[in-house]
Amino acid sequence: MQFGTHVLQLDVEAETNHIVTVMRQVIQQDFRRRGAVVGLSGGIDSATVLGLAVRAFGAERVLAVMMPEKASSPVSEQYALQLAEKYGVTAIKEDLTAGLAGLSCYARQDEAVRSVFSDYNPAVDKIKLVLPGDLLERGSLNVYSLSLTGADGVERRRVLPVAAYLQIVAASNMKQRSRMLMLYYHAEQRNYAVIGTANRNEHAQGFFVKYGDGGADIQPIQHLYKTQIYQLADYLGVTQEIIDRTPTTDTYSAECSQEEFYFRLPFEQMDLIWYGLDHDIPAVDVAVALQISPQQVEHVYRDLAQKNRSTEYLRAKPIMVR
Amino acid sequence: MEINERIREFVVENCLFGDTSVDLTDDTALLDSGIIDSTGVIEMVFFISETFGLEVPAEDMLPENFNSIARLSAYIEQRIPVG
Repeated sequence: MQFGTHVLQLDVEAETNHIVTVMRQVIQQDFRRRGAVVGLSGGIDSATVLGLAVRAFGAERVLAVMMPEKASSPVSEQYALQLAEKYGVTAIKEDLTAGLAGLSCYARQDEAVRSVFSDYNPAVDKIKLVLPGDLLERGSLNVYSLSLTGADGVERRRVLPVAAYLQIVAASNMKQRSRMLMLYYHAEQRNYAVIGTANRNEHAQGFFVKYGDGGADIQPIQHLYKTQIYQLADYLGVTQEIIDRTPTTDTYSAECSQEEFYFRLPFEQMDLIWYGLDHDIPAVDVAVALQISPQQVEHVYRDLAQKNRSTEYLRAKPIMVR
Repeated sequence: MEINERIREFVVENCLFGDTSVDLTDDTALLDSGIIDSTGVIEMVFFISETFGLEVPAEDMLPENFNSIARLSAYIEQRIPVG
């Protein structure tokens, strides 16, 4: 059969049963935990994981924790609550803004932004980090620009110097690490386990925070491509608002899609190209399936390989010296 | 000092942490071998700016300009004003 999107099609019932079986085995039999805590963001991944956790342990043994901070979109909380209600899961809200302010997360980020835009005013200006959007056409390198949109709606972009880039990322990573801390508080209080929400794209390309959202007891969807997560979400009855929502970082003050922040092309294209790379499919065959040129596929092959290689450190466990 | 030698010195110092045992020729694939990662690319952009007075526009940040010392040298040479 010709290479095409069918290669990403899951048997959703069988996949769900498999994941649920492993979750029960690991959490209850191996770890001896009584249930599960899921950080519910209002996005597709955590929504799907919540659905899986409910199937594995029952709604009464699952706790959903929403952890917004001041850069979070209000609609995220709304969608998360709707889903928790649909599944019959207890949902609690832990606003992390004060804690992050206490850690000077925002002050550290603002300091770095001002080193690039000296007139930056966090009270009115919106910022985000973006990569070039021309991966398919030109294969450009992953160099971040800082985007600042003023109160007048005018956007300015500048390539980030290394020091500012590293400081902004280090400060914003406090958000994911604070969420991990809060999830473990609630898990330990109940003798539950923390269920991770990283998918294959995030894990293999390094779009996660080490000891932040990467810190969990089990990662039930880490083996699945993003488009496969959508298949599972549909099967598990995730609410349509979440399924229809564009995946965002929900980390910076300006609305920022995951595509412009990290992945650089739509998931439908990326997953098929990535599948091709994983399975040694010639670029020309992938190109035919996507109706693009083999050179464009090669651009993405190269980007995926580069991201995977340069983020090995994130996936590495602490190395014990013998 | 020649352009390629200045780039080599920068790569050894900043990307190889002073390790001179690595076989680093003008044609060694810096990106594909992982010698320069995404942070290294940004460092290189600012090194070029500070050392040669050249701003590298986003549209020039391509593998064909950055993947080897030879390619970086060629890019810088063709950008430096003659005379």
